[in-house]
Amino acid sequence: MHIPDGYLSPQTYVPLYGVSLVFWSVALKKINKELSIKHIPYLAMSAAFSFLIMMFNVPIPGGTTGHAVGAGIIAILLGPWTAVIAVSVSLIIQAIVFGDGGITAIGANCFNMAVVMPFVSYWVFRLIKGNADGGARLSIAAFLSGYVSLSVAAAVTGIEFGIQPILAATPDGRPLYAPYPLSVALPAMALEHLLLFGIVEGIVTVLLFRYFAKNEPGLVYSLTVKEA
Amino acid sequence: MTKSQKKLWIGLFILALLTPLGVILPEKFKAGAAWGEWGPEELEKLLGYVPEGLKRWADLWKAPVPDYNLGGEGASLTVQVLSYIVSGLIGILAVGLVIFVISKVLVRNEK
Repeated sequence: MHIPDGYLSPQTYVPLYGVSLVFWSVALKKINKELSIKHIPYLAMSAAFSFLIMMFNVPIPGGTTGHAVGAGIIAILLGPWTAVIAVSVSLIIQAIVFGDGGITAIGANCFNMAVVMPFVSYWVFRLIKGNADGGARLSIAAFLSGYVSLSVAAAVTGIEFGIQPILAATPDGRPLYAPYPLSVALPAMALEHLLLFGIVEGIVTVLLFRYFAKNEPGLVYSLTVKEA
Repeated sequence: MTKSQKKLWIGLFILALLTPLGVILPEKFKAGAAWGEWGPEELEKLLGYVPEGLKRWADLWKAPVPDYNLGGEGASLTVQVLSYIVSGLIGILAVGLVIFVISKVLVRNEK
């Protein structure tokens, strides 16, 4: 889901840089205000976790590969705003040092995986959790928050790919950037994540959630914060 | 560092040692690039041409360790496996450093 350089038109990547910048600055302000020193190691560990989990390419035999992002569990554990920073740091290092995701696409990739994904995950978790304090309902909430949030992030990425032929083409009608239309890009990105990679993300999310709920319940943001 | 944090860091290091699965499994199941992450040569094969804008921007940035691979194109699986582990460790260090700097700046702002 790391969009490389050359796939997005400037009309797409510039505004998405803007959106991500807004989220980064709000997130840093929130961290400054709300996060205590004892949380910093967890911020570092979650960024490292996100970095590593994205290296586990899961193959579709004979087809493409994909991977979990970890943003789902980070949002549940540390809150969506902290997850924005953790996953963004990981994505920016991946782009600059490892060429995974384009430099021009940093804003877009961070928007998809470090903004859309944590917030969707957090909302899904809160919605399904309801007033439950434990039990299977929390595990289902954790699984679905990972599953749904990765799938939504993939769909958003698919839309970004799919609108490129509309936005920029040569005079003879050839696309200038990502070549596939929305009718191909959106289903391709959404389906592979709904059918396989989202399930991987869901399993990662529920396993880690259960570990932290059992061993460090005081740390779990979505269980301790009372706001709606 | 608390005992439980130490445990989590160890878990992350084990995860870094396991990252080569991300190379070995796709190789074994003959899976290619992720959707929408093809290089210009692959696009040429898929479409019969490379979109002009894409061609112009695709090589904008020369990453120090492209594709988590220290061996360059045509590196053997062994080199790729080792590269992945090293990349994972570099990744842990790099994100740790960035988060450390961010936290320092934020703490200074508090005063």
